[in-house]
Amino acid sequence: MKLIDRLYKDAPLATRNEITPKLGFLLTILLAFAWLIPFLWMGVATLRPASDGINLMAELMPSLKPTLDNVRDAWEIGDFPRYLLNTTIICTGILLVQFVTITLAGFAFARLDFAGKTLIFYLFLMQLMLVPVLLIVPNLSLVAQLGLYDTLAGVMMPFFASAFGTFLMRQAFEAIPTELEDAALIDGASLIQRIRHIYVPLSLPSFSAFAIISVTSHWNDFLWPLMVINSPDKRPLTVGLSVFTKTAEGTQDWGTIAAGTLMVIAPLLITFLIFQKRFISSFVTSGIK
Amino acid sequence: MSLAEPAALSVAASAPPRLHLARRFIARFKASLPAYLLLLPSLVFLALFTYGAMGRVLIDALYQRATPKAPLRFVGLDNIRAVLADPAFTGAVINNLIYAVGTAIPSIGLALLFALALARTNAVTSALRAALFLPVLIPMVAASALFLFIFLPNVGLLDHYIGRLLPVLPNWLGDPDIALYAIMIITVWKNAGYYMLFFLAGLQAVPEDVMEAAHLDGAGPFMRLRYIILPELKPTFLFVIVIATLNAVTQVDHVFVLTQGGPSNSTNLVLFYIYQQAVEHFDVGKASAATLLTLAALMGLTALSFRTMADREGGA
Repeated sequence: MKLIDRLYKDAPLATRNEITPKLGFLLTILLAFAWLIPFLWMGVATLRPASDGINLMAELMPSLKPTLDNVRDAWEIGDFPRYLLNTTIICTGILLVQFVTITLAGFAFARLDFAGKTLIFYLFLMQLMLVPVLLIVPNLSLVAQLGLYDTLAGVMMPFFASAFGTFLMRQAFEAIPTELEDAALIDGASLIQRIRHIYVPLSLPSFSAFAIISVTSHWNDFLWPLMVINSPDKRPLTVGLSVFTKTAEGTQDWGTIAAGTLMVIAPLLITFLIFQKRFISSFVTSGIK
Repeated sequence: MSLAEPAALSVAASAPPRLHLARRFIARFKASLPAYLLLLPSLVFLALFTYGAMGRVLIDALYQRATPKAPLRFVGLDNIRAVLADPAFTGAVINNLIYAVGTAIPSIGLALLFALALARTNAVTSALRAALFLPVLIPMVAASALFLFIFLPNVGLLDHYIGRLLPVLPNWLGDPDIALYAIMIITVWKNAGYYMLFFLAGLQAVPEDVMEAAHLDGAGPFMRLRYIILPELKPTFLFVIVIATLNAVTQVDHVFVLTQGGPSNSTNLVLFYIYQQAVEHFDVGKASAATLLTLAALMGLTALSFRTMADREGGA
């Protein structure tokens, strides 16, 4: 994809090492280190034995006798495998439905001419401006009316359509030469067959960029699932972690909080470290729209 | 299609003008039908959860219940008046303004610094970019869990390493004068790496020959930044400012985990106020009125920024 190349290409020759070259770079190194401190503390505190006491809890030097007790405690107190399962179901469910809706709508905008195209296009644009997070109050009452309160389906439903995804797919489909579709048309392929066998396979990079953005944002979503979910066994990771933190905070069990936090963020961080380039270019794409 | 068309045309030709128009309309609709069917799944969900939600906010804001179980009563603009007269709401708006400006400026400034310093691509800068980007990926709830300990009075990370140098150890999250700023630190930490990406992408648009010419003409780093790079980054700035403002209004998970809006409402933000009204006080009317006001403000701001952006592009 072009964006990956753009981001990983050097800036123009004379832009490199701009303002106060060495000093700016040095400051950035220092800040990057400061940026990592919370993660560093999390790792160190997770492995620190409780016998070190509260006064050593803030030490960033790792303990000499590391232990996995905190991980075991966190695993026992919080129902993390269940939370992980719920979050996985939510993210996968949203993504699968989104793939269908954005493919169909993206194709309509990219390749079909129809009455009211501009108007409908603006209706989609409106979703980008309306900031879904702010519509939680009416959406909660709708979810309740649909009988979906306290269900994972209720958490997923508001995100089944995505204007951003539709625009992303429209752009990807527009870049595909029409000759390919014409050939399939002569062979008698139906509309759905053409989408399925020509447009989708040729747009996989856009699908993967969208998948990264969608999964990351719903993996981290908190307020909406907090409002929809009531039963403890339906909590996603974020809601589970907040309840877990509240409980452990009372007992001053910082090692356990660190271990629980680590469990919640590890899956996404590991995926990021493997697919770094992909992640970063997807995030730039999501901003440029 | 090829069979239906000649028949339709022949009828249309002999029919009076009005009918002719209707026929053409039907034909156009028929031709558009496949597109409508493809758009239908998306439109159903958008209608329910975006336009429908917008409409319900408008209507809900006009109604009120005397008690949670009493019937709904039309009250006109009373909810809006009640919200505007509520010191908790006006306080939340002021907090949110401080929060928005106080997080946007440092995180955008840092993002620009990071992008300029890391514009060259090699193993070291890639690692540094990744380090700065990590907080973007973790849930705000997890960030809050980590900062809970960082801000802990006396024994927390901050007091352990820096607090000792201060004359008095501050109670970071417990002091109404400090708590909002403590929460802002988390936001800057979490977002600077995100905005850095847009500046990195924006820097690619700076024309190399202009930079070289300026360099040969003896323009120093500061001159080049001021007269070439910053003007080139203007659209990026505008875009990042819009994103930062939206984030300031929509990211409140740390308020839930760390302070619950307290102490004494010092960290109450608008979205948390909306949540409190709806979920804790069961006051949907007031929550909807507050949502409406916030949406209006945000949409006005976005429209304004789009216009500014369009004007600039039109002029260039």
